[in-house]
Parts: sequence; structure tokens; C-alpha cells
Amino acid sequence: MQTKGPKLPGLLLVAALLLSQSSVLSAAETIHEERSKYRDITVTQTGDRRCLLFNVHRGDRNQTCVMVNDRDRLVFDYTRMSFAGLLLKPDPQRILVIGLGGGSIPLTFADLFPTAEIDIVEIDEAVVRVAEEFFFFAETPNMSVYVDDGRPFIKRAGIRGQSYDYVVLDAFSGDYIPEHMLTLEFLEEVKRIMTADGVIVANTFSTSRLYDHESVTYQHAFSDFYNFKLPSSGNRIIIARLDTLPPRSELVDQAQQLYVSLEKYGVPLLEYPRRLSTRVDWDMSRRVLTDQYSPGNLLQDN
Amino acid sequence: MAGVAFIGGFCIMTIEMLGARILSPYFGGSLSVWGSIITIFMLALALGYLLGGRLSTRDPNGMTFAGFFIGAAVFSLPVILFADAIMEPIFLAIEDPRYGSLFAAIFLFFIPTSILGMISPYSVRLMVETQEHSGHMAGLLYFISTLGSAAGTLGTSFYFVLWFEVNQILWGAVVALIAAAGIILVAHHATTPQALKQDKRYANKRA
Repeated sequence: MQTKGPKLPGLLLVAALLLSQSSVLSAAETIHEERSKYRDITVTQTGDRRCLLFNVHRGDRNQTCVMVNDRDRLVFDYTRMSFAGLLLKPDPQRILVIGLGGGSIPLTFADLFPTAEIDIVEIDEAVVRVAEEFFFFAETPNMSVYVDDGRPFIKRAGIRGQSYDYVVLDAFSGDYIPEHMLTLEFLEEVKRIMTADGVIVANTFSTSRLYDHESVTYQHAFSDFYNFKLPSSGNRIIIARLDTLPPRSELVDQAQQLYVSLEKYGVPLLEYPRRLSTRVDWDMSRRVLTDQYSPGNLLQDN
Repeated sequence: MAGVAFIGGFCIMTIEMLGARILSPYFGGSLSVWGSIITIFMLALALGYLLGGRLSTRDPNGMTFAGFFIGAAVFSLPVILFADAIMEPIFLAIEDPRYGSLFAAIFLFFIPTSILGMISPYSVRLMVETQEHSGHMAGLLYFISTLGSAAGTLGTSFYFVLWFEVNQILWGAVVALIAAAGIILVAHHATTPQALKQDKRYANKRA
């Protein structure tokens, strides 16, 4: 998701970083580069592995990768982890994905649930184009892509009485942090579009002070949630629903029923239930993020 | 005079920097929202410069000058008190976030920013005593107020949003503007006899 760029270290260190970065890049072939309204987009390929990178010069890691000869397989932990919500909502019919990336999350949903309606919101039309051109993303008849900001899209959906039973928030990658989508008011708007048995899966920040602030904010909005981390991944996924969380045995049962259908995507669903934690491991005294107070970009550096 | 010009410039940019934050819950954080805000601030300032310059030709005085600061403070209050009530109907009426944010920026920021724009040309007229000095004074005042703007931009985006809520910062700007008006009125009061003398001399000369 996010690696920090060099922060005024010595010139030597900068030079060393630049060198190491360029050597990494030279191993991968750059097949597409463009500067969109929001970010620099780079597509690289190493063997069969094709990756989408944002703002590569500032040291971001891969946003998403696909194996061109095994397109079903989800390459990244956080992408696979986004399907852990199925343990709470195994048969979603109305799915909302905020943030397209390479499109692997919606494509997998479309493959898993061919009758489900999938709405995707992506702020950057260039990302949509690149996903189509390089990452095999294509809208199916049940799928719609909206080039829009996630917050107004969700607010409007709420006013129109639309609802979703599976919401994926994946808008927090790259070095642009949409601060208006970290706030309590935003989460209240998300709750408004969730069905009674719906689930929200949010890919959020695992490091820095923002982790504490975000955890406190989700706690305020949903009272309890699953904190989902894997030792192999730098990401933290928050999984919540309107109702109280089910007993762990229910998750284990769901995992056993579902894991076969997720095997071809490389999602190790059976491992997930024991990783879903409700333990508070953040500083509860941090301020809740609200529309009045949401300095996400400043909190990230500390 | 330098101090209040600084405060005026400071408050313009403090409000502008918070503008994006105020609009984003309704219109998002896209580039076009910033575009709307900057456009409306530029247009409002342009009109303010024009009106402020025009007003300075008619009996320039400290009372009117202080009135600009009070007016800007008063017309900033709806941003604090009624932002949601103003933005919600616009959000409902206009689907395109570009035009939605443009109209919201007009209704929230146009009037206070126009009034803040009147400060600079009017202050030039108050400071200028002779024609030869007018360019020098204009340069000095724009220097100070633009320094204020730079400080307001940096302070707001680096620190204030980390320490305070949006409305607390706006209240701070309102208090600063009213304090500036107070300073002008006190100074005006202290210098009025002299100003009157000058006026009399001027009147005598004309006669």
C-alpha cells in the first residue's frame, strides 16, 4: 500500500535509495506510463507478472499485480483478504467497490457471483482505462463503473435508498489519502447504504498514528469490528457489519463451506477465521476522525 | 495598518484552505473541487479590489475600513453555522460535482472573500499621503498582506488542521478580523484630530 518516500535524509541516502529503486525497476519492464489528474501511473511486467504502480518516483509499492497466464489468481494478500467478508456475508447480491485499482477484486466477485450486481467507483478515469487495457478488466452486464469520488457517490446512494450487502473500501492506496473518507460522518453514510446483514471490508492503514485514529473512528461507528492482519502483509483490513459480530464457530463453519470455491483465486479462507481479531491493540485515547477533524495526511507521517 | 493588512491576507487563505475540507463531504476531494474554490476566491477578490478601490475615492476613513473587517467576519459566520444547510440543497439539485462545488463555493465564500478583497486597495488610499509615495505604499501593503496569505496557508495546512476542528479555526479567523477592526477604530480615534486638521488644511487650500 504505502511506503514512505525519503524524508530529507543525507544526500548519500537519497542517492542510495534512487539507485536501489532504479535497479528494481530495471528488472521489470515498463510497458506503460502516464500522468493522470491524480497520480503517475506505471505498468510493469516481470515474466508473467504484470503490476500497476502509482507514483513510483516517490517510492510507492505495487498497487496490484496479475499473473498474465493465471489471471484468476490474486497476487496480493490484501486483495485476497478483501474476500474475508464472505465469512459474514457468504452470498452477496449487491456489491459496491470503492477504488478500482487493476480491477481484480470486482472481477473475482463477478466470477464468484455471476448474478450479483457490482458497482465500482473510481475517481481517476485513467485508472479505469489502464485496468481495461492492461489488467483484463471489462465491465460485465451486471457491473457498472462510475468515475466519481466515493463520498458523494455513497451519500447520493443513501439518499436514493440504494443498498449494498458487501461494501469494499479500497480507496486508501497511493500517497493520496482521501481524508473525507476516513471520518465518522462518512462511515455513518456507509452504514446507511448497508443492508441489515451487509458487511463492510475496508483496506486501511496499518502503521503510523493513523492506525489508532482510524481504529477509534470505526469503533465509534460500528462498536465492534474484526481487525484482520496477516504477518505476511503490511495491510490491515477492517471487517464490520451493522449487527453484532457472530461467534467464531460460525466463521469457521462458513470458511469450511466456502473455501473450495475460493481456492482457484488463491484465497486461503480456512486460515482467516483465527486471524480475525477483536482485541483492541490501538491507543483508545486518540481523537475520532470527523468532518471537522481529519488531518489524515499529516498523521500518516508520525 | 501593516498588522491589519497581514490579518486580512492571513484570513483569506485560512478560509480558502479550509474550503476544500468543508466542501469534500458533499462534492468529494477531486481536483475540480479545488478548481471551484480557487476560481470563486479569485473572482471574489477581483470584485473586492474593484469595489474597494472605488470606495476609497469617496471620503476614505478608518470607520469604513474597520467596517470591511467586521463585514467579512459577519459574512463568514454562515460558513460556520449553516454550511450543511447551504450545501445539502445544492448537492441534491446538481449531480455534477464540478458545478455543485462551484455553486457551493459561491454561496459560502463569495461575499466574505469580496469584502476581504476590499481591504488592500482601501488601505493603500489611507496610507498614501503624496502621489510620489503611492506606488511605494501599494507595494508595501501588498507585500504585507501577501505575507499574511502565505502565513495563513502554511499555518492552516500544516498545523491548525492538526490541532483544531475546522469550525474552531474559522472562529479564530472571525475573532482575528474583529480584533483588526478594533485596532483600526482605536487608531482612527487617536489620529482623528490630526486627520481633521489635515482635512481643514486641504479644505482651506481648495478655498
